[in-house]
Amino acid sequence: MTHPSPSHINRDLLRPLLQTSWRFYLLVGLLGSVVLTALVAWLSQAFFGFGITGIRWPIYWGFYVTSFVFWIGISHAGTLISAILRLVNAGWRRPVTRCAEVITVFALMIGALFPIIHLGRPWLAFWLFPYPSERLIWPNFRSPLVWDFFAINTYLTGSVLFLLLPIIPDFAVVRDRSTGLRRKIYSVLALGWAGTPRQWHRLETAMQIMAIGIIPVAVSVHTIVSFDFSMAPVPMWQTTIFGPYFVAGAIFSGIAALLIAMAVLRRFLQLQDYLHPVHFQNLGKLLLVMALLWGYFVFNERLVTYYGNEPSEMAVFWRTQRESFAPLYWTMVICNFVLPLVLMGIRYFRTITGCVIASLGVIVGMWLERFLIIVPSLGHKYLPYTFATYRPQPVEMIIAGTTFVAITLLYVLFAKVVPIISIWELKAGEHTPPSLRPPGSPEHALGELKL
Amino acid sequence: MKAIYGLYSSGRSAQQAFNRLKAAGIVERDIVVMSAQPMEDFEFGRSDNKTWMWWIACAGGLIGMATAFGLSWLTEMSWPINVGGLPTFAWWPNLIIIFELTMLGAILATVITLVVSAGLGRRPGFYDPAVTDGKILVGVANPSESSVRELESALEAVPGSQVKTI
Repeated sequence: MTHPSPSHINRDLLRPLLQTSWRFYLLVGLLGSVVLTALVAWLSQAFFGFGITGIRWPIYWGFYVTSFVFWIGISHAGTLISAILRLVNAGWRRPVTRCAEVITVFALMIGALFPIIHLGRPWLAFWLFPYPSERLIWPNFRSPLVWDFFAINTYLTGSVLFLLLPIIPDFAVVRDRSTGLRRKIYSVLALGWAGTPRQWHRLETAMQIMAIGIIPVAVSVHTIVSFDFSMAPVPMWQTTIFGPYFVAGAIFSGIAALLIAMAVLRRFLQLQDYLHPVHFQNLGKLLLVMALLWGYFVFNERLVTYYGNEPSEMAVFWRTQRESFAPLYWTMVICNFVLPLVLMGIRYFRTITGCVIASLGVIVGMWLERFLIIVPSLGHKYLPYTFATYRPQPVEMIIAGTTFVAITLLYVLFAKVVPIISIWELKAGEHTPPSLRPPGSPEHALGELKL
Repeated sequence: MKAIYGLYSSGRSAQQAFNRLKAAGIVERDIVVMSAQPMEDFEFGRSDNKTWMWWIACAGGLIGMATAFGLSWLTEMSWPINVGGLPTFAWWPNLIIIFELTMLGAILATVITLVVSAGLGRRPGFYDPAVTDGKILVGVANPSESSVRELESALEAVPGSQVKTI
């Protein structure tokens, strides 16, 4: 494996920042126009009211809450994985961590938009904030929705800081390589970074503390999102398994999103020297582990419901197993379990292309999983007068679908202003300490299993 | 003169320059080192590594915890609503808010400590852009006129050095 020199690293990773082609403007224009379409759809929903959506009694949670849970899940890609890899000092993490942390921040921002999109009067979203109204009534701190507010905002704040702190030394690199207005902007962003031993030590200590702090916060966020469901007396919702099941599903979809992002960046920013097949193989093995864990949780949930044989629960159970929702359910099982098991379990298929195909399947499967948790249960509660169906309308489809375009746009813009691979961490990985290392590369494969 | 410094390509040669400056009578805290990555494998990279950051993070967490406890206690007791037969101030649901604000307090305290103790937002006394290109800068800020010649020869004695005065 070749080891690029520091100047080579600077040149390669700063190229997207310092050179702009017409393709960039075309891509941003295209993505931006799609996002504008969703904005128009959302404004029309605010103007005409929720009547233009398919959300109505008793299924008040449709595409929007599905997308909310899905994007909060995707956000587990970055900060959690990055924090774990930092704490165990995995050498192969270096080119991966920032790609992952960016997904967290943008996915959280998009996920956090959905409760607002889901409001009939979004201009009253501030009612959710913990402040006393003129009658001194505070939000109910015992409500899972208020827990969401605290958990998501803590995670978002922590993730943004976790992303920004290690960018400061890279801003200094850009500052030293640019001129004019760009140099002035990056000088401000670099905060006078010089790279003294004191600064490096403080930065690394801060990253350690934050990594330790952010892991339980990440786990708590998706557990609390699961409480939105498991605290409600709705068939197949009130179960103790939802917390870990949601966390496992979130990490699962997060790894899939990370693999797709890495493959796209590698291809379009020509990062073949930095994102090696071994990075994909290692993350592919993690994807395989999470697919098995996901299958284990689904089996638990289904088996316990089946043995309980409670009529209202069994009605929902059969709706997903062999009635109207069965096609979606079995697609989900194929996408989330069969596909990753085959593609990531057999070594021959564990290539970059194999990882991307499996990840695309997992993204589809995990979105379906969220949908299948929400809609079949809400449409078939305890008494027949609450039975209903849900038909999503174009406005919901446009808004939910456009979020994928929106995160792509945010990612493209971010990669234009910030090195998408941490330059200083990469250099630290390349630098040789005084005592000779044993032969071999720090970018070793995860485990030595020859599956 | 503002500073005298040498630029070195490897940690090993930077360490030699660092040692020579110390031998020339410069105390460790007056030697300025800058690098493009952490160099904790070398003595010069480990200077000034005492910090209270862990303790300050814990204190931040305690402040966050106290804030969350006060917020949930005061608001729930000032408007006692019966929710599902739970006590007005119920520990289980409030632990979630308390946990989140504890962690938020620790995270914010860590970041504030980093900004203050690493001197972020302040311009360094001197700097060379070659540092971000992989060179390691070892030098002395505001040296006395009488010591310049000696410092220059100490920095130049290391093979491959590039000594500058500004």
